[in-house]
Amino acid sequence: MKIIVCLKQVPKNDSILRINEQGTWIQDRDLTYEINESDQYALEAALQLKEKHGGEVIALSLGPARVQTVIKEALARGADRGIHLEDATLDNLDAFGISTAIAAAAKAEGFDLLLTGLQSDDYGYAQTGVIAAELLGLPHATIVMDVQATDGGIRVKRELENGFFQWVSMPAPAVLTIQSGINTLRYATLKGIMAAKKKEIKKLDAAGLGLDTASLTPKMQFRRVYVPVKSKQTQFLEGSPAEVAAKLIEKLKNEARVF
Amino acid sequence: MRPDVDFFNLESQLSDEEKMMRDSVRQFVNERIKPIIADCYEEGRFPLDLIPEFAKLGLLGSNLPEKYGCAGINNVAYGLVTQELEAGDSGIRSFVSVQSSLCMYPIYAFGSEEQRMKYLPGMAKGEIIGCFGLTEPNSGSDPGSMKTRAKRVKDGWLLNGSKTWITNGTIADIAIVWAKVEDENDKIRGFIVPKGTPGFTAPELKHKLSLRASVTSELFFQDCLIPEENLLPGSGGLKSPLMCLTQARYGIAWGAIGAALDCYQTALEYAKNRVQFNRPLASFQLTQKKLVEMFTEISKAQLLCLRLGRMKDAGEIEPVHVSMAKMNNVNMALECARTARSILGGNGIMGEYGVMRHLCNLETVFTYEGTHEVHTLAIGRHLTGLSAFE
Ligand SMILES: Cc1cc2nc3c(=O)[nH]c(=O)nc-3n(C[C@H](O)[C@H](O)[C@H](O)COP(=O)(O)OP(=O)(O)OC[C@H]3O[C@@H](n4cnc5c(N)ncnc54)[C@H](O)[C@@H]3O)c2cc1C
Repeated sequence: MKIIVCLKQVPKNDSILRINEQGTWIQDRDLTYEINESDQYALEAALQLKEKHGGEVIALSLGPARVQTVIKEALARGADRGIHLEDATLDNLDAFGISTAIAAAAKAEGFDLLLTGLQSDDYGYAQTGVIAAELLGLPHATIVMDVQATDGGIRVKRELENGFFQWVSMPAPAVLTIQSGINTLRYATLKGIMAAKKKEIKKLDAAGLGLDTASLTPKMQFRRVYVPVKSKQTQFLEGSPAEVAAKLIEKLKNEARVF
Repeated sequence: MRPDVDFFNLESQLSDEEKMMRDSVRQFVNERIKPIIADCYEEGRFPLDLIPEFAKLGLLGSNLPEKYGCAGINNVAYGLVTQELEAGDSGIRSFVSVQSSLCMYPIYAFGSEEQRMKYLPGMAKGEIIGCFGLTEPNSGSDPGSMKTRAKRVKDGWLLNGSKTWITNGTIADIAIVWAKVEDENDKIRGFIVPKGTPGFTAPELKHKLSLRASVTSELFFQDCLIPEENLLPGSGGLKSPLMCLTQARYGIAWGAIGAALDCYQTALEYAKNRVQFNRPLASFQLTQKKLVEMFTEISKAQLLCLRLGRMKDAGEIEPVHVSMAKMNNVNMALECARTARSILGGNGIMGEYGVMRHLCNLETVFTYEGTHEVHTLAIGRHLTGLSAFE
């Protein structure tokens, strides 16, 4: 099985979060980064499938030079090679633009499964895998918790609401978005980290992907990012039960206006 | 995860691989060691079941060549690994140091190719555990005065004597034993003594109040017949065991930073949250002074170790450099542990917070692998050309 896993580098959840001067996103100079959580489970799922059925795991990431660490970490955990999509024109794309670039790279590479995490910890759109599937004209499944190989395809377990699950059989190639917590993540071993140094990371830019970057101009923009203002207040009413009850009724009537 | 103390942006001086190794071991320690270590310590138990996991991560003999089933990492990465392990517990780090630097290293450095191939891959896999027997009841700081002797006989060597304070002794499959060879003018040489050799026993020393999550033992040898092929052919003189100790002490210098960091972080968090006189402890000048001193000393120790590691990788290091790092950093860590303990007040003595455990452990680390005093005198000898201890 040839599996491409998309890995996004996102700010660590213990990063210092300050809003930038334009008020459009967080200041990136304060940030430290890590692999998006659900993407890590996608990588682990891919590595486990490879261990069972053979094949190849390719780690793909889009972003500036710093995302190389994400690819290296995936190689250290056992991915066979990496693809780094790096181009200044590919920075600051929206989910559609990113999916377009990923779909182009994945199509050129060829695959049986294209995995993404369910959603990213920073923007939280949960769109990348779904749009890529649509652009590639392939079936997809979201919130996937288990993947089993079948003759000519796969069977996947999806998480529904309220503790319900759904098993879906589908043909391969396919695109899956993987839920967090579905497997036990392995540690990058010291040997794995040493071995990763010798593995290939292919770099591709917009031209190499044959992308018309003008068409990728974000169709969605951030207008303003802000810290929610505190609007509720707790008040303590004091006095005997009868006094407190009277005060409460007074407040419900005149301030909260519930009756 | 523990936020880093990195005042001088040493992060920028580390390669991606070095950072990845540190972070991977840190994650392992946070997930697998921290949750169990207080209990292990209290029960005086080394977590044997973690050995396969240490091996899987590549922690055993990590800086030895790949040819022998090891990871072949550089010395800075090795240092960062010991730092993270000792942030967990000095006893855990001791296990890895003994296996790697005191047992696998001498087989690598003084062993024949057959011995290397016979032992090292299994030791890297954690299937063969080693211990290092140098110290004796009457030879501690002065190992040259050892009484243990090997005598040539028809089929090999006859070993007699005893060792004490031997980490991993009772759980070890092989002991690297240092003995004077009668037929070679009492030259000190190293022998590989397998568990089960008739006349060899290794009872555990119980009732330690320090390094409780580590096995410490006595070794007794009574007319033990050691086959010829178990002599480490390249060993000769006190210099051989001291070379092993230099490797281990190097790791200890980094390890001490880990223990200090864990104490400092615990104290900082505690001081920010604990309120007395309507203010957090962290707002009192005396508490701030304590925190600043810990932070400053840790930052200095980090600079020292990184430079030491780069020098070691470049082959530019002398044992006296390692003496300074071991002496300074362990003392620093011990001071941090005491200070952190005081900041935590009564809670400072509780297992839950770990600082008292580090504090008690570091009393051992201060003494083993060359006492603080002997390292001081080694540096004194370097400065003056006069030995104050021999
Ligand atoms: C938990 C633990 C694990 C250990 N593991 C191992 C192991 O795996 N293998 C092994 O071989 N050993 C091991 N050791 C032994 C350790 O290396 C010795 O304890 C150490 O070398 C000190 O020896 P000693 O305890 O006999 O103290 P001593 O040598 O008797 O020293 C006592 C005090 O006198 C001071 N002193 C001694 N000589 C001088 C001098 N010339 N000038 C000034 N001061 C001096 C010392 O610094 C110390 O403060 C371990 C020890 C402990 C506690």
